Amino acid sequence: MHNFITYYLGSGFWGSLVSSVLPLVYIMPYALVTMWLELKISAHMQDRLGPMRTGKWHGWAQPLADVTKLLQKEDIIPTAADKVLYLLAPALVFVGSYAAYAAIPFSPAYIGSDINLGIFYIVAVSALVVLGILMAGWSSNNKWSLLGAMRTAAQLVSYEIPSSLAILAVVMVVGSFNLNDVCAAQSGWFWNWFVFGKFPFLFITFIIYFIASLAETNRAPFDIPEAESELVAGYHTEYSGMRFAFFYLAEYANMFVVAAVASVLFFGGWNSPFGAYLSGPVWGAFWLISKGMVLVFIQIWLRWTLPRFRVDQLMYLSWKILTPFALINIFAVGLWVVLRG
Amino acid sequence: MAELRTEEMVLNMGPQHPSTHGVLRVELVVDGEVVVDAVPHIGYLHRCFEKHAESLNYQQIVPYCDRMDYLASMNNDHAYVLGVERLLNIQVPERVEYIRVIMAELQRIASHLVAIGTYGLDIGAFTPFLYCFRDREMILDLFETTCGARLLYNYMWPGGLSHDLPPGFIEKTKAFIKHFRPTIKELNDLLSFNEIFVKRTADVGVLPADIAVNYAASGPMLRGSGVKWDLRKDEPYSVYHKFDWDVIVGAGEVGTLGDCWDRYMVRVREMEQSLRIIEQALDTLPEGDVQAAIPKRIRPPVGEVYVRSETPRGELGYYIISDGGQKPFRVKGRAPSFVNLSLLPEISRGYLIADMIAIIGSIDIVLGDSDR
Amino acid sequence: MNANEIHDKIKSQFPDAVVEFKPDAVTEPYIVVRPELIREISQFISADPDLKFDYLMSLSGVDFNDGNLGVVYHLFSIEKRHRIVIKVRVPKDKSELPSVESVWKTANWHEREVFDLFGIVFQGHPDMRRILLPDDWEGYPLRKDYKVQEYYRGLKVPY
Repeated sequence: MHNFITYYLGSGFWGSLVSSVLPLVYIMPYALVTMWLELKISAHMQDRLGPMRTGKWHGWAQPLADVTKLLQKEDIIPTAADKVLYLLAPALVFVGSYAAYAAIPFSPAYIGSDINLGIFYIVAVSALVVLGILMAGWSSNNKWSLLGAMRTAAQLVSYEIPSSLAILAVVMVVGSFNLNDVCAAQSGWFWNWFVFGKFPFLFITFIIYFIASLAETNRAPFDIPEAESELVAGYHTEYSGMRFAFFYLAEYANMFVVAAVASVLFFGGWNSPFGAYLSGPVWGAFWLISKGMVLVFIQIWLRWTLPRFRVDQLMYLSWKILTPFALINIFAVGLWVVLRG
Repeated sequence: MAELRTEEMVLNMGPQHPSTHGVLRVELVVDGEVVVDAVPHIGYLHRCFEKHAESLNYQQIVPYCDRMDYLASMNNDHAYVLGVERLLNIQVPERVEYIRVIMAELQRIASHLVAIGTYGLDIGAFTPFLYCFRDREMILDLFETTCGARLLYNYMWPGGLSHDLPPGFIEKTKAFIKHFRPTIKELNDLLSFNEIFVKRTADVGVLPADIAVNYAASGPMLRGSGVKWDLRKDEPYSVYHKFDWDVIVGAGEVGTLGDCWDRYMVRVREMEQSLRIIEQALDTLPEGDVQAAIPKRIRPPVGEVYVRSETPRGELGYYIISDGGQKPFRVKGRAPSFVNLSLLPEISRGYLIADMIAIIGSIDIVLGDSDR
Repeated sequence: MNANEIHDKIKSQFPDAVVEFKPDAVTEPYIVVRPELIREISQFISADPDLKFDYLMSLSGVDFNDGNLGVVYHLFSIEKRHRIVIKVRVPKDKSELPSVESVWKTANWHEREVFDLFGIVFQGHPDMRRILLPDDWEGYPLRKDYKVQEYYRGLKVPY
């Protein structure tokens, strides 16, 4: 039973529909909570309080208020914009992030689509985001947006290589692209997780993957596509209201995708850290989300600590440091897998 | 590939842009992301200071000086009142000079904190910005207890001060110094020596010393290029000659001499020196009346004076011509931001747009100052 | 070097350039020179090994209110640590003089500002545009006889 919904509803129309909408039920509250967390975490790191009034208790309703405001705002389309592309772009960006949820094994009993090439699918479908951002930047007919879009395209395409190579190392160890298989291969206590269990090879892999994934989600220190102090807001300079909210939501959704993939590949996914204790379908979801949230927290933490790279330094890091390292790493892992039999 | 032609694009940076530190507009000619040429356009904040000054009497000009470089109002006033006093040829009580120095140095720290914090922001580090503003807030509180204002003080008057120091000021200032010393170290750990920050600012916007002098750059801009030149030391005014402190110059520690990092670091280290000056001044503060020498009506003799002083941004000069009347015949402000900003095209060609931000930030302009 | 020596030095190089020398002026002595020679004098005093005026502190325009406009150069030498004030006077109806931008780059913006506010044209300046005021502003505000224009782009100016 890999998907309890299709198990009960069948894999017909209703089963598929409920299955595909279910991640949305998760993303919305997740995004709101993460937005609030980011506000509060950044505030406390910066010696201030952050929102305190909205909703009485530590400003818990601030993201709700923000989203409500965004929804009410006027949806401005620049006169000179390429309307079709302009309207389509935010949707495509969100679709790219959202579609990845289909292959994330939330628990032993739930994976949207239990396909053999799960991780491959995630990498492929995430690439849609590039297209969306390019469309947004180009169609806005704004020079800042265009620069932001060009930067994004260059950045995402470059960083897909080290991140894919890192993923490949795990796939070589497991011998499967299916993420459920990857999780199953790490069952048992937490020292069986790849990041500890296959030390140091997969630990290095994890570092490579995590750095590359930061770049793929456009988070600091790799947030140069939207670098607010340079490019005003990069590719979404001209967007407002609902459409801006889509970019925002897609960013948070994407943050969790890479965090979830990292926790599946390296931290045992839905496995409990304590062997058979506290494991099961519901606990599985709990563990995956907790692990993902820890990684999301680290992303937030880095964002509020580090300055931003420059475009050429970013490319340098990808092509001259991460990619060679990932290649050497893959070779080492391959050798190790072969020698161990 | 030879036929592949790229076209240059004109990019308007500002006047509404997050990193132009106000209403500066820079017309960038870019080839991809490489800046081919940069033409700064100023004047969006021109408030006719010089024209106003001709129709006001000498005391009334002080609040206008406050508004020139609104991040360093105390230093602006200091230069102006020095000029008027030199024109009048009066001596102010020693206590006044001491308090002026204390205020000017506190203001220098406050101004540098803004410069450093916003520079971090330009480079993409958000957190140091808030640390800097937290500490600046304490200085503003000190000013508030002294003269009631937090930004535009009208505190230094020709011949004296508007108020004496309030009770408890010395203790509070010492408490601030005690708090602030360790935070400079914290700032260095978090930002100054951060690997990414150094990579972003070292070897960027290199300004050789001879060009800096030819452009009459001043302040951290000039010292960052290794020229040991500080008016407080080399042309001492007020009571600066009584204190023991060092002039900080850039040394090209992490890159080329005269790059953005050097200019930035001069500011950080100057704050420590300012703390030293304040400490000494507080310990040796003489007693006396701070309003004794304030003239009721100012009628300087016919003549003129060019007075200059070291503000956080560099050499602020006032050229005041008196025709013997109650109002000056002409007041010219030689603004450090104005002169330093004219260097921008010289040091920004050939760098990337992202470097452009780093360069503008490292000049530390205040548009109120450059536009007047 | 004090002002007298600086004056003598300039005088020996340009015998007929100095119009007036006032060593006992309030706060600072100054030299008035003929405007058409200002660039040559600048070149000389910035290059001469004894004078080395490498730092143009300030360049200000003045309206003397007697039919003459003037430009005042406040000069300093970082190396020699001496300073001097040089002035030129030009008639208001023919306010032109050579630019010193080629000697001290800092003069670029200062001269633009003087042009902007006083209407003095600097010959040989690479970029003689207004700097603080809008490009299509009428008149030169810091002249003593300046009358503000009625309308600027349909907006009433004196409010």
